[in-house]
Amino acid sequence: MAEKDQVKLLGIWASPFSRRVEMALKLKGIPYDYVEEILENKSPLLLALNPIHKKVPVLVHNGKTILESHVILEYIDETWPHNPILPQDPYERSKARFFAKLVDEQIMNVGFVSMARADEKGREVLAEQARELIMYLEKELVGKDYFGGKTVGFLDFVAGSLIPFCLERGWEGIGLEVITEEKFPEFKKWVKNLEKVEIVKDCVPPREKHVEHMNYMAERVRSS
Amino acid sequence: MNQEEQVKLMGLWGSPFSKRVEMVLKLKGIPYEYIEEDVYGNKSPMLLKYNPIHKKVPVLIHNGRSIAESLVIVEYIEDTWKTSHKILPQDPYERAMARFWAKYVDDKVMLAVRKACWGPESEREKEVKEAYEGLKCLEKELGDKLFFGGDTIGFVDIAADFIGYWIGIFQEASGVTIMTAEEFPTLQRWSEDFVGNNFIKEVLPP
Repeated sequence: MAEKDQVKLLGIWASPFSRRVEMALKLKGIPYDYVEEILENKSPLLLALNPIHKKVPVLVHNGKTILESHVILEYIDETWPHNPILPQDPYERSKARFFAKLVDEQIMNVGFVSMARADEKGREVLAEQARELIMYLEKELVGKDYFGGKTVGFLDFVAGSLIPFCLERGWEGIGLEVITEEKFPEFKKWVKNLEKVEIVKDCVPPREKHVEHMNYMAERVRSS
Repeated sequence: MNQEEQVKLMGLWGSPFSKRVEMVLKLKGIPYEYIEEDVYGNKSPMLLKYNPIHKKVPVLIHNGRSIAESLVIVEYIEDTWKTSHKILPQDPYERAMARFWAKYVDDKVMLAVRKACWGPESEREKEVKEAYEGLKCLEKELGDKLFFGGDTIGFVDIAADFIGYWIGIFQEASGVTIMTAEEFPTLQRWSEDFVGNNFIKEVLPP
């Protein structure tokens, strides 16, 4: 690693996608400059670095730009191999990648749509779909402290940033209980474990402000 | 080699996702047993056992364990069989670029082309524009390289197999034109080289 590694991260405080990158950088003790972006007013820097998607997170490392949170996480892991995020074993790696896709595609979609629905019945149907999907994660956690085993890793960052520290806050805002202790004891235990991890705690949006923000975003969608 | 070590692939003859995995197995010279799945008709107990979550192909079975999602499978193969034809570059930044563009092909381009060809009439114009723009980005990214992977077929080429082979068929069948040789000379040249490759040719549908 070069003496003067320049790392910059463009993110948004409420975005689970940029938060998970921060968790990885903190886990590896990599110093970085953080640039807070505003959704409604994207900076010229963001637009220049990510003209294709115009989204965060964007990682800039020694002048090179990397986009897409999963791609960034893998890049960080390969560039700074200490404190690995992904498992070493190819099969375990494939499982982590597979479940990360499930989280960010199916679970995320169902989750956000459930918040955007104005009718209670519609929400409950979507909540049930979310539960079915999250059950697969529940099964993955049996016998483990974290998805990564004894320590946090790739899937903990992806699922952690999105589900307990984003979707659940949105659901709280609309009074919808999706993940119960009764049906998801492993998941609940995992969240408690996550909350004790310093680097995760440091990288999670402040709760009340976040619940309010999620409510505001959902309301905007519902009224549009 | 015992039974468990043997590689099995559950696939669908016409699926670009399934073919991605076959292409990589062929490029790396990995012998495998192919099992055709009647995905739209009767899903086999084997498929339901090995991919209970999505019930889709492709599914790779190796050492008694299953891996699903085509690009996850490709990375698994790359991680496991390290000696032969490398699909991903060595440098972390180049790898990140390859992963980014593969995701772009999957999430933006393929989806837009499918919606443009098969989606509702009302959305057609919008989707065609989106697909066109996506393909233009890829055209630019390819530049004057032989393949997206450089001199040899790599991760993005494999992900873009749809463009190499299926897009022509889709356009013909749906009557929607998105990619023409005139507008996309670079991608056109690439697709000819791609489907002309011996290993790729071997796995393409008749």
